[in-house]
Amino acid sequence: MNFNQQAIGKTISRVAGTWAAGIGATAAAVMLPLATASAAASTFMPPAATKTAGEVDSIYAFLLITSLISFVLLIGGMFWFVYKYQRRSANDKTAYITHDHTLEFVWSFIPFVIFMFVFVWGWKVYHDMRTVPDGALEVQVMAKKWDWRFMYKSGKVVTAGLDDKGQRAPATLVIPAGRPVKLIMGSEKINEASTDPLDRPVLHSFFLPSARIKQDVVPGRYTTLWFNLDQPGDYWVFCAEFCGAGHSAMKALVRAVPEAEFDTWLAAEGGGALTLADRGRQLYAANACIGCHTADGSKSVGPSFKGLWGREEKIEGGQVVKVDEDYIRESILDPNAKIAGGYAASKGVMPVFAGTISEDDIKAIIEFIKTLK
Amino acid sequence: MGTTAGAHTANHSDSNYLNHEKGLWSWLSTLDHKRIGILYFITVAVFFLVGGIFALLIRTELFSAGPTIMSAEQYARVMTYHGAVMVFLVIIPGIPAFLGNFILPMHLGAKDVAFPRLNLASWYCLIIGAAIALSSLFFGGADTGWTFYTPYSIKHAPAVICMVLGVFVAGFSSILTGLNFIVTTHKLRAPGMTMNRIPLFVWALYSTAIIQVLATPVLAITVLLLAMENVFGIGFFDPALGGDPVLFQHFFWFYSHPAVYIMILPAFGVISELIATFAKKTIFGYTAIAYSSLAIAAVSFFVWGHHMFVSGQSEIAGIVFSFITMLVGVPTAIKLFNWTATLYKGSINLSSPMLYALGFMFLFTIGGVTGIFLATIAVDVHFHDTYFVVAHFHYVMVGGTLMAIMGGIYYWFPKMFGKLVNDAWARVSFFFIFVGFNVTFYPQFVLGSLGMPRRYFDYLPEYEHLNRVSTIGAYLIGMGFIVATITIIHGLLRGKPAGPNPWGGTTLEWITASPPPHENFLETPIVTAGPYEHR
Repeated sequence: MNFNQQAIGKTISRVAGTWAAGIGATAAAVMLPLATASAAASTFMPPAATKTAGEVDSIYAFLLITSLISFVLLIGGMFWFVYKYQRRSANDKTAYITHDHTLEFVWSFIPFVIFMFVFVWGWKVYHDMRTVPDGALEVQVMAKKWDWRFMYKSGKVVTAGLDDKGQRAPATLVIPAGRPVKLIMGSEKINEASTDPLDRPVLHSFFLPSARIKQDVVPGRYTTLWFNLDQPGDYWVFCAEFCGAGHSAMKALVRAVPEAEFDTWLAAEGGGALTLADRGRQLYAANACIGCHTADGSKSVGPSFKGLWGREEKIEGGQVVKVDEDYIRESILDPNAKIAGGYAASKGVMPVFAGTISEDDIKAIIEFIKTLK
Repeated sequence: MGTTAGAHTANHSDSNYLNHEKGLWSWLSTLDHKRIGILYFITVAVFFLVGGIFALLIRTELFSAGPTIMSAEQYARVMTYHGAVMVFLVIIPGIPAFLGNFILPMHLGAKDVAFPRLNLASWYCLIIGAAIALSSLFFGGADTGWTFYTPYSIKHAPAVICMVLGVFVAGFSSILTGLNFIVTTHKLRAPGMTMNRIPLFVWALYSTAIIQVLATPVLAITVLLLAMENVFGIGFFDPALGGDPVLFQHFFWFYSHPAVYIMILPAFGVISELIATFAKKTIFGYTAIAYSSLAIAAVSFFVWGHHMFVSGQSEIAGIVFSFITMLVGVPTAIKLFNWTATLYKGSINLSSPMLYALGFMFLFTIGGVTGIFLATIAVDVHFHDTYFVVAHFHYVMVGGTLMAIMGGIYYWFPKMFGKLVNDAWARVSFFFIFVGFNVTFYPQFVLGSLGMPRRYFDYLPEYEHLNRVSTIGAYLIGMGFIVATITIIHGLLRGKPAGPNPWGGTTLEWITASPPPHENFLETPIVTAGPYEHR
């Protein structure tokens, strides 16, 4: 047993130096790009195209530099000790050190403080990411396997098409540079009329790397996100949530153009259609919503649409809900899910529209209700 | 470790657990924890080969933009099987069921685990679960990713149903092993083996076992609900039927985040053993390392929502999960500092197990700090579902757990088989795996930062050169494992006799013969001091 130890010990000390150097060289090979990167942190990220993206990059740079320092301290220390305290013989005596409370407190507390600092910083920037500024241009986004579709308030719709060479051209979301844009996103079937049980809406995720934002598109509800691209240009949009074989082909472009150019574009071909709100007004009459929901604030069988949008509504049962896209969508598809306070007697009067109304029509009605301030 | 029963338990008789009984059936019906450990070794090694082949197929496909060797449909399946096999059949059983089964009873001075029959049953659960899961290949294969996100996974497809039922059955393997380890640790410690004297590997397995027992049933329920939804069309997760797809994610990550610690905590335990032995030093901060394992296990149950920052969960939920996730970083950092401090004034032997331990620290530190990037909610919004996440969890799971498994294999191989492997070749395998690993996964951090989403069959041309580097790295890793396999087989066939304690370890397994006798210790050891008493 002792013989074995000595033999191994000898072999080890002969080759140990070479190996320590080998690991060191590899370490340097990995550290070098890391070090270069921390000098110019944004080099790993795509160019930051929004103010939020710049803020994210600042946290990223802080994390990169802090990580680098921690890594050098910890792993540098490890290499130094490995080099300095290499085994000389199997009978080496080593120090007997069991613990050191001060040291242990220091290396628990300092990381804790750093973690709390980045947590709060990340929280602040995330809060800005989730808070849509006033006056944002609202665009409806529909995701399906495997494409994006954009619909403006003017009624203009943008889909994927073919370019001059017959190649697939991704759907291009044209927006005014320098103005906040809010996307209201939903997932839909490949073919809305399809009754195929396998054609069901699935998860997607709208990812705009240049703006450092991403939001899943969830079937059965709306999700939102916003961005404000400062500079005109084309920016890639990826689907970031696995949605099947066409996942990586599910790309779109965001094209930021000067404000005036945007107005011209919006008014051009395809822009002459009904606005979403007008289409909603027609649906309001055609589907006989008007029979029970007034547009002037007067009470009828159901709550009036006037002043409804954005209100805190007390529903039967005492719960308070905010009237937003999801609430209206649910109330159209399944009217009895949440009955507005004071209308218990009207329960069951409104027909269930699930399966009979298209997603686009729901969006149009929502837009119409939004106009009835 | 101080004991009164020492040298004379290293018996000179030829009877050991390997030749105690003979024949295939004696193995398939064995109740000996050591033999069950070896059964798991073979099982995990075979599944690692399978998962590894899928990994190389993925990297080969991604060598060039556009279709390279397969279609997008095939790619979706290959990446699903790579993930599912590696997670459920390799990394989760890897350390606890294989190394843990072999070593834990010996670390405690016990003859076996508390419930030997349950232990064998757990192996059969894994085998049957794996068979059911992999039978899905005959139904066209599952293409959902290993996460089975709904509603995509609701497709009434036999392949998906087989896959999730296989995971359901394999989960019991994990639950039963965890249960066994908890009871064994409490009830079968040798005289004098107080809780403050159990090796850190046992503390790590004990913490892991708590998660296995408490979290795995949640996965079982989740996949069962998913199977029922697929078979009977019950609307748990399908919004068209009144279900909620995000609910599935909550359920799934309520298990699968703690499961990440099922994968990494045992690795921490292995590393503590390796560092103490090969630095010939008592471990620095035994108590801190032991309790930080428990702390990680406890907090790990409350961080699942960090997988869902952009899923549509509320802003406040995201912030709370970001905060709690930051807290997990503290006990993890403590361990790394303690290991480095243990090296101070040690006598460091750079044999292959130690190289793996040092490699672990190097890679896991990178995996750990990038975890803080992802815990920072505003930064995660950009990195979520990109290659940055892929790189991060491979640095933790492969750079961490797999390095620990390899280090553990080389460390305990002499104990398991009574033979030494050729250490020079073992170091060559380390060199290939370590360098190849960094070449593979470091570029993926950059790809993710640049915005390349994960699970992509095709990518923009500007991502191509980094993908090529990554693919070449994967081949280097493959070569490393070929060398490692040859080294181990050579050691089995031609290895020199190891003797009871070739590395100078101080824990109890080293006082008995190599390979150990059927009953581990000929006389029950009586423990009189803590572990790692290198004075």
